[in-house]
Amino acid sequence: MDVTALTFLALALPFAAALVAPGLTRLLGHNAAWVLAIAPAAIFLHFLRFLPDVASGEIVTGGYTWIPSFNVSFSWLIDGLSLTFMLLISGIGALIVLYSGGYLKGHPQQGRFFAFILMFMGSMQGLVVSDSFLMLFVFWELTSIASFLLIGFDHAREAARRAALQALVVTGGGGLLLLAGLLILWNVSGVTQLSLLLSFGSELKESPFYLAALLLVLGGAFTKSAQFPFHFWLPNAMEAPTPVSAYLHSATMVKAGVYLLMRLNPVLGGTPEWQLLLPLFGVTTLVIGAALAVRQTDMKLMLAYTTVASLGLLVMSIGLGSPHAVEAAALYLVAHALFKGALFMVAGILDHETGSRDFTKLGGLRSAMPLTFAIALAAALSMGGLPPFFGFLAKEELYSAFSASNLRSALFAMLTVLGNALMFAVAFAVALKPFLGPRVNAPKHVHEAPPLLWIGPAVLALKGLSIALFSGLAHRLVSSPTASAIAGEPRTVEISLEPHVGLPLALSALTVALGVAFYLNLARLRAAMVTILADIGWGPDRGFDQFLRGLVRLAVAVTRRLQGGRFDVYMTATFALVAIVLLAIPLLYGEFPRAPFFSADVPVHELAIIAIAVGGLFAVVVASDRLTAIVSLGIQGFAVAVIYLLYGAPDLSFTQFMVETLSVVVLALVMTRLRLSPADHRPLPEKARDATIALACGLGFALFLLRVTAVPFDRSLTDFFNLYSKSVAHGANVVNVIIVDFRGTDTLGEIAVVMITGLAILALVRLRAGSLKRAVVAEADETAVEERA
Amino acid sequence: MKSVIFRTLAPVLTSLMMLFSIFVLLRGHNEPGGGFIGGLIAVSALAIYGMAHGVETVRRAIFFHPMAIAGAGLLAATSAGLIALFAGVPFMTGLWIYPAIFGLEVPLSTVLLFDSGVYLVVVGAISSIALSLEERGGE
Repeated sequence: MDVTALTFLALALPFAAALVAPGLTRLLGHNAAWVLAIAPAAIFLHFLRFLPDVASGEIVTGGYTWIPSFNVSFSWLIDGLSLTFMLLISGIGALIVLYSGGYLKGHPQQGRFFAFILMFMGSMQGLVVSDSFLMLFVFWELTSIASFLLIGFDHAREAARRAALQALVVTGGGGLLLLAGLLILWNVSGVTQLSLLLSFGSELKESPFYLAALLLVLGGAFTKSAQFPFHFWLPNAMEAPTPVSAYLHSATMVKAGVYLLMRLNPVLGGTPEWQLLLPLFGVTTLVIGAALAVRQTDMKLMLAYTTVASLGLLVMSIGLGSPHAVEAAALYLVAHALFKGALFMVAGILDHETGSRDFTKLGGLRSAMPLTFAIALAAALSMGGLPPFFGFLAKEELYSAFSASNLRSALFAMLTVLGNALMFAVAFAVALKPFLGPRVNAPKHVHEAPPLLWIGPAVLALKGLSIALFSGLAHRLVSSPTASAIAGEPRTVEISLEPHVGLPLALSALTVALGVAFYLNLARLRAAMVTILADIGWGPDRGFDQFLRGLVRLAVAVTRRLQGGRFDVYMTATFALVAIVLLAIPLLYGEFPRAPFFSADVPVHELAIIAIAVGGLFAVVVASDRLTAIVSLGIQGFAVAVIYLLYGAPDLSFTQFMVETLSVVVLALVMTRLRLSPADHRPLPEKARDATIALACGLGFALFLLRVTAVPFDRSLTDFFNLYSKSVAHGANVVNVIIVDFRGTDTLGEIAVVMITGLAILALVRLRAGSLKRAVVAEADETAVEERA
Repeated sequence: MKSVIFRTLAPVLTSLMMLFSIFVLLRGHNEPGGGFIGGLIAVSALAIYGMAHGVETVRRAIFFHPMAIAGAGLLAATSAGLIALFAGVPFMTGLWIYPAIFGLEVPLSTVLLFDSGVYLVVVGAISSIALSLEERGGE
């Protein structure tokens, strides 16, 4: 098979695996993880083959046309950036599937969990390799939906449901902003593919729509990547099971916004707006996220807030845009995915084995769980930015970006050092406190985690070490191509573990010193943060609730006003509008018909029929009770049907007969159900008003029909159908042939509507059954019907 | 309804109308008629039977839930359209075969299947409404 087909298969594979996951889990229990992990592992290997080509600067594209008339394709673009993301997603994905096998062992809905997480994996893969805008957007929203399902996995708890909805509203809403942004880019550039867009020079930046496009794209990226003030959904998303937090909400999905910014950096970046907005939001998010992390004692929440901070750091470095900053972003992207994924899984192991995630309630576990301790330590060293770990390289590279001697650079350097020092303290609080000190009695008997649980974090932690040790190879294959893709021009990352005295090292030392100080005073720092937050009182999280409540209140108010629930008001409004449209338009344009021409010799039987119709109408108006009126309405309908028959429309006439019969039956039935008083007791003014509207409608229709029939009849369609009905569609009845053949697709839609209407009315009839006793009867009927069927 | 004449005649009338509705459905391609009209006639037949003998009897007589009939119709109509795709022609293209049944050449087509789908949807949906209204109207 060729590469294109294989790549397409690789992109579709997670969805296929998601389909078989529930069945497989029923069959194999938690060991299904070993089988399901083959899918991401195979994808990882497939994309690994692109590594040499991409490292030498090649860009692999491929795909299929999707909607050619709209210039929309299902096509992918694999350069250094996509490939790095792809390898992270599939590599960590395989480990996460294994970890989920152990973590949710015995959970009754483990199969569903596997299905959701694989579905997410497929969406995320699609997102990072998408070349066409529409495909990018579709996968972007799919990741939001998968995240919704995973956060709300434990749907019996209200907190999980709320967090899921919040994440969906924030990231899904951001996705709509992104769509608008992409549409603007499409309009300005005229291309629908990223690979073509990237070849644009500064034209986009000079376009008058640049700012609008930028703001919309940033709206999408900032919500997805939890930038302040949209960060609140991410800590709440910790309601999800830990594998989800490790995978979606640290390593992959939240990086989608970062990915988008990196991807568009060559065409949108470098402008004053870009260099103002991104670093500003980034550094704010970094400091606030890190400070909020210190406030928590739940290890998952601490890690979640440091993820917010790290995302801020990434956005800031993309925004700074200098060569060192861009390279730092590329390095930190991978480093963060490795250490944060590992730390989340460690927190999950502790939770799983001890029953608590609060680090103040744990202690002395080093002898019981030596392996977990080692993993946690390795990950924390990388997160703290200590040699010889990958995190150190990323941090050094970032600090090199602050070597310019101006106020802006110094300010960013100080804030970054502060944020990093806080993250340092949090990292070691998670990695040391539960393991050191005196043994605290945990809720469960503690022993080392099973292999399914430790394989994932162990591999990630080891990777964090080995990449730093063999940095030359890693830079050549991964870091440099990624940095080149972000920068839009060839870049070579050179940083290594060799000591190089200078400003970056000094800033690193300062970070570590501050971090140690923070770590030692963590309890005091936390108390201070609690006081500060209590003083502020309000936060975006509460703001979100207020926003939703306000929205619901507005919707209720508008609905109450527009739909009071009185049927007669709706009918009056509808018919009044019909009358106005029919009468006002000819009045405005002076398009009244000429006086109709009455032929002198109308045959007697036609006159008789018209007399019957008028008689029927008269009977309707004077009828003393409703039932008589309904039946009299049928008289008029039948008379019209006869007129159709006389003028050569037997099909129409047939239908009219049946429709009249049935509508009389149905109306009569409805009347008996409604239990109205048999006679009509409207007061006179109301009767007069309704009569006026009715007469106006009738007059309007009469004028309209006269005007329409005054236009010469165009026979071209008649001729067409007469000519082809028999010869092409083998039918002599033109009306029927049109319905079932020439315009068959329309009919298909119509009968679908008929069916849905039937369902809706059935539901309404059941709903109105009202009292409990009737509901019980209805239920009994239903079961009786089901039994028969 | 109490009238003995009506109760006695209703089954006969209903079966005649049902037969007629199928006749109208089948002749529809060349003479006035078709699935929609046929369906309406069948619903009227069921309505008459329901008035004479009660909704329960009608439900027993048609065996399936009316909405299931409508669903089957929609499925038939959609598959009539999809068959064309498998034959490599655009969606909804009419396809014809002329098998000889008892020595008589009978033209059959996806168009006929489609029209039967229309018939079933109309019968199912409208009778579902009528029956559920009639059912609780008497309470």
